[in-house]
Amino acid sequence: MNDEIRILTPQGMLGYGLPAEHFWRGIDSGVDAMIVDSGSTDPGPYLLGLGKTIVPRDAYARDVSLLLKAAHECKIPLIISSAGGAGTDAQVDFMIDLIRDLSAANGYRFKLAAIYSSVDRALIHSRLREGRVTECGPSGDLAPSAIDEAVEIVAQIGAEPFAKVLAERPDIDIIVSGRSYDPAPHAAFCMLRGIEPGVYWHMGKIVECGAACAEPKGRVIKATIRPGSFDLEPMNPAERCTPLSVAAHTLYEKSRPDMLPGPGGVLDLNGARYEALDDRRVRVSGGVFLPSNKYSVKHEGAAITGYRTIFIGGIRDPILIGQLDAFLDTVRKRANGIFPQLASGEATMMFHVYGRDAVMGEMEPLRHKVPHEVGLMGEVTAPTQELANDICSSTRIAVLHTPYPGQMATAGNFAIPLNPPETPTGPVCRFTVYHLMEIDSPADLFPVRYMEI
Amino acid sequence: MSEVPLRELAQVIRSKNAGPFELTFDVIFDRKAAYDEVKASGALTPEKLARLYNIAVEDILVSMFVDAAMAFKMTVKRRWNQGSSGERDTFGAAQHAPLMDIMIATQSNLRTSDQAR
Repeated sequence: MNDEIRILTPQGMLGYGLPAEHFWRGIDSGVDAMIVDSGSTDPGPYLLGLGKTIVPRDAYARDVSLLLKAAHECKIPLIISSAGGAGTDAQVDFMIDLIRDLSAANGYRFKLAAIYSSVDRALIHSRLREGRVTECGPSGDLAPSAIDEAVEIVAQIGAEPFAKVLAERPDIDIIVSGRSYDPAPHAAFCMLRGIEPGVYWHMGKIVECGAACAEPKGRVIKATIRPGSFDLEPMNPAERCTPLSVAAHTLYEKSRPDMLPGPGGVLDLNGARYEALDDRRVRVSGGVFLPSNKYSVKHEGAAITGYRTIFIGGIRDPILIGQLDAFLDTVRKRANGIFPQLASGEATMMFHVYGRDAVMGEMEPLRHKVPHEVGLMGEVTAPTQELANDICSSTRIAVLHTPYPGQMATAGNFAIPLNPPETPTGPVCRFTVYHLMEIDSPADLFPVRYMEI
Repeated sequence: MSEVPLRELAQVIRSKNAGPFELTFDVIFDRKAAYDEVKASGALTPEKLARLYNIAVEDILVSMFVDAAMAFKMTVKRRWNQGSSGERDTFGAAQHAPLMDIMIATQSNLRTSDQAR
């Protein structure tokens, strides 16, 4: 049917493993596009700060091989967004290199577009001065120094740059993009074809996670979209989409499930309707997109804040566990006396007490309960790895040998499983930019490059 | 009238990051009667949840029931930097446990099974 669009989303995260049987079932049922997201901030700022990808190259290669085979054999366009995880320029190029290698090995030829999300830092500085940069959630005010200190800053590409490529170059087989708003490519594919914005944004929001909205949670999902509604069907016959499973998915990883802000506006789901078409397909309608007066895009930046060394061990002595906080305080005071960098705050030392409150910290309701055994991780962060190693070693020795009131075990009572006992873990990053910046021309902020491979 | 823990009434109780600066908690039900009773019980209010998690009420950014999904959602400010020094839970996926033992006053026999989950 010409007035329906069919989009196959093979999984919620490229590289997590693509079930071939369900993927080909989707391809064989007839689809107009394959769209897969590759990005997340959830693993932490190291992806951006250190240029690491979410999974190794070989894991991407396994998934991308299948996608390229379908793109080649069935002439189905493919979009990979937020390449590599952080979506830096280098990660876009990494994904293109991988596609080039796999295509060469298999004799495929493709026309490819790359959309980059690198940002001109001078532009962020000037928008900040103009008051057009605001916090995103409770991320606080942006300091001008944070713009310069970040190793990388990426801006989330909205739907418009994808739509521009799709409209101007309908011959393009593959789009690889830098950091993108997760549902943006899904939205772009529909916005050129007369679909209501409330419909395509809602569809994109759900299927960018693959078949996570199914029961049990799955991977490959097909969305069939028409002007006023869309249908969802997981491609694994053992999975079902139900009105409840789909409605419940709109809660996932969102601050709130009813009003979902994105570049250019807010998706209002207060009137959303979910109807069962049969026992494993759901029809969704009623979402409304409310355009905002100003078009803002989220910027993400990460800085390296130091170098970390850790030690881990266990404590079983009830006399020590009974006074653990006072004991660790003694250890800390001693270290502050030896290392001025700790006293000044240039370096930090933290203790994680497993078995008590390591997971939840001050939010732990049971943190005052005395356990019979605890695990202790000491975490030292310092401006250099050498200093972190030095402080960590000294602290670990102090935990082993510092005396305490009532001590019976005078040989030391910290059980250390690792040898050597301290482990340098390398640079530590932090999200220093997580802010919204107003832009004037949504389709034109991001550089596009075309190539044939 | 008896009291049962929330874990015996709900199907899903979970936490997760909602971006690097927020933690979000979902309680999802698969039975309308159980959802309605929890909603009516008044056990899931920002004041009570702030006390349970030892956080300020102002740090609870969202606390709402979602009828279409038969669910309760709470979103709070993250108290420590995500994925940086001092991180405890990078994905925010292990902060939900205290919700499981919230006691709900119930008039009917709505436990998921005779054996506690």
